[in-house]
Amino acid sequence: MTRDIVTSDSSLAPSPDIVGGHTLSMFVNNKPGVLMRICQVFARRAYNLDSVVVSRGRDPQFSRLTLGISGDPAGLEQIIKQCNKLIDVIHCFEHDERESVTRELALVKVLIDPGDRAEVLQILEHFGAKTVDLGASSIIAMIYGNSEKVDAAVHLLSKFDIVETVRTGKVVMARGEAST
Amino acid sequence: MSTTNLDGAQALIKTLNDLGVEYIFGYSGGAALPIFDALETVSGNIKFVLSRHEQGACHMADGYARATGKPAVVLVTSGPGAGNTITGIMTAQMDSVPMIIITGQQVTWMLGKDAFQEADTFGLTMPVVKHNFLVRETNSLPRITKEAYHIATTGRPGPVLIDVPKDISQSEFTGDLDPDIDLPGYHPETAFEINADAVTRAAEIISHAKKPVILGGHGIMIARADDELMELATTLNCPVTTTLLGKGIFPETHELSLGMLGMHGTAYANKAMVECDLIINIGSRFDDRIIGQPEKFGALAKIIHVDIDPSEMNKMIHPDVEIIGDAKVVLQALNKQIAPLETSGWLANLDGYKQKFPLAYRKQGGLRMQQVLDELYQLTDGKAVVTTDVGQHQMWAAQFYKTNASFNWLSSGGAGTMGFGFPAAIGAQFARPNDIVVAVVGDGGYQMTLCELATAALHKLPVKVLVLNNHYLGMVRQWQELFFDNRESGVNLEGNPDFVKLAEAYGIKGFNIKRPADVGKVLQKALDYNDGPCVINAECVKTENVFPMIPAGAALEDMLVEPPKHKMAKPTGST
Repeated sequence: MTRDIVTSDSSLAPSPDIVGGHTLSMFVNNKPGVLMRICQVFARRAYNLDSVVVSRGRDPQFSRLTLGISGDPAGLEQIIKQCNKLIDVIHCFEHDERESVTRELALVKVLIDPGDRAEVLQILEHFGAKTVDLGASSIIAMIYGNSEKVDAAVHLLSKFDIVETVRTGKVVMARGEAST
Repeated sequence: MSTTNLDGAQALIKTLNDLGVEYIFGYSGGAALPIFDALETVSGNIKFVLSRHEQGACHMADGYARATGKPAVVLVTSGPGAGNTITGIMTAQMDSVPMIIITGQQVTWMLGKDAFQEADTFGLTMPVVKHNFLVRETNSLPRITKEAYHIATTGRPGPVLIDVPKDISQSEFTGDLDPDIDLPGYHPETAFEINADAVTRAAEIISHAKKPVILGGHGIMIARADDELMELATTLNCPVTTTLLGKGIFPETHELSLGMLGMHGTAYANKAMVECDLIINIGSRFDDRIIGQPEKFGALAKIIHVDIDPSEMNKMIHPDVEIIGDAKVVLQALNKQIAPLETSGWLANLDGYKQKFPLAYRKQGGLRMQQVLDELYQLTDGKAVVTTDVGQHQMWAAQFYKTNASFNWLSSGGAGTMGFGFPAAIGAQFARPNDIVVAVVGDGGYQMTLCELATAALHKLPVKVLVLNNHYLGMVRQWQELFFDNRESGVNLEGNPDFVKLAEAYGIKGFNIKRPADVGKVLQKALDYNDGPCVINAECVKTENVFPMIPAGAALEDMLVEPPKHKMAKPTGST
């Protein structure tokens, strides 16, 4: 009989898969250095931050933080506990996708020939995206929704000449009366 | 409301005084000038001790805290002053020792401009503190100081640093000297509200155990739960092993004691961990030094884990029952639900191991560290406060200097900091002037902080410094002998000074021990000498090895109780 191993060494972990698509939501003190403390928790354990969204809370004493992360799944519980242990973190949750709403926004700059413009606009309309800048040879589209939708729109646009993509990263909110 | 006539520095020192701080250990410098001046202008009970290096100041505060359970304060300047504290802060953090570190800092408008002695102390120390502050408003100094004290001393204790720019400390203070603390993300009071169901499940598991072991750690000492531990052990007739930092929570001379477990723990403690059917871990974090190979640890056992820090649960070992809370409160609840167990066969089995694998050493063929420590133990009746450095001498001290009470064994466990022992002994002696304090150090670690001989001499502290001198970095040499074909690399300390003459240069009494027959006589002389510190240099066998030994990452059942007869593979576990 052997005991389940708790390890951050991926060669020993039960599943070597990297967790992707995990989203942590934190409520933290709005003070200099707080983000640095949180980043240290991740960096020390070889976790990568795929996206970071910080905004001031309704009470300006606090901030909201949404982190998209990837790394060894065996370490995720430890990461959440270590974040909660920080004095400046009021709480840190991982939200179940079914019980929360996740959205992100992307700005995509596409260079277009005049003949392609109609098709690009048609794709954007299909995804409910908006044209926020329109020039003779370029267009900036604003696409928003869940990450899969943004991915799909960017994918369809990729047959044209995308020169820049900027994404906000995910923001998450718990559904119903539950707190985020 | 400018009625206080204080500056920020004075408000800071006044707050520390009101909090009951007794000692500040430190080293002055430009950016801390206003705070040092406030030490002279604010009346109170705080005593300042000038160390000879900032690392020494930290270890003194650490030794004071470990010997009393109360925090001391470290006060240093900016830049290199703050930088020199990092090892000392890390040492306290790894072993959950309360400490408040105040660092001077450049003026706020020079921050980030590479000004003289400016360093990003806030950023540099962030990974090695429980929390830290960079003060931006003079009037917030009392609140931040109270918050730092509260954070350092509650929950799982640890070091908290306050970085104070010079303009902040020397500006006029116009605020509230006794403000409320404001820490919305910190709730140590939850440690006293424990999960009653978890306690009941633990009691249920305990009631079925036939071969239980209690694994006690530093958390019991911090919670002052020694009496509750004794009640648990004696009610259950359950043997107790402790971690290195737990030495003293349960008398090591008690018949239920198995001594220390782990890499260089007793064979019987490690055998017990392998064969037991229940491990009750109270206040230990399942450090890699005690679990060996995690997937084989406690393979036959149910595991109950009690810890105040939720992040310790499932970190190294998945327990069957986890109870998050203060060790004293948990044990009080648990003790109400337990009944005696029939363990006589189990105890007889372990007694067999005690007979078969006693801690022993040879008295022929030169002076061994084990003998010096054994005789020190006998001569002091096990009542001295013992501090150590890190290495072979530390492990032998843990084995042969049995500890019967909390706060008497002060050793750097998690960080493994060489140079800790001597300054920690100075701090402990300040805290407990009437107790015998012995710094057991190796010739390597001692030379890292021996500048504090001046501090000890100046204050006429009766600290005994026992230098177990083998002219080697012995533990590293042992690994090179066992795992690297005996190729010595970077371990020979040739060039050591004459430690007795060096002591005499500081006006300190020195003794030499060269022969096994002289140990008792010389140690007695040193113990009787109370006119200030003394240094005892014991010239020991150079190439002795510490056993038992569990190679790093090996399972506990693969323990070596004597030198191996075959070549060993390089360990693959932790360092």
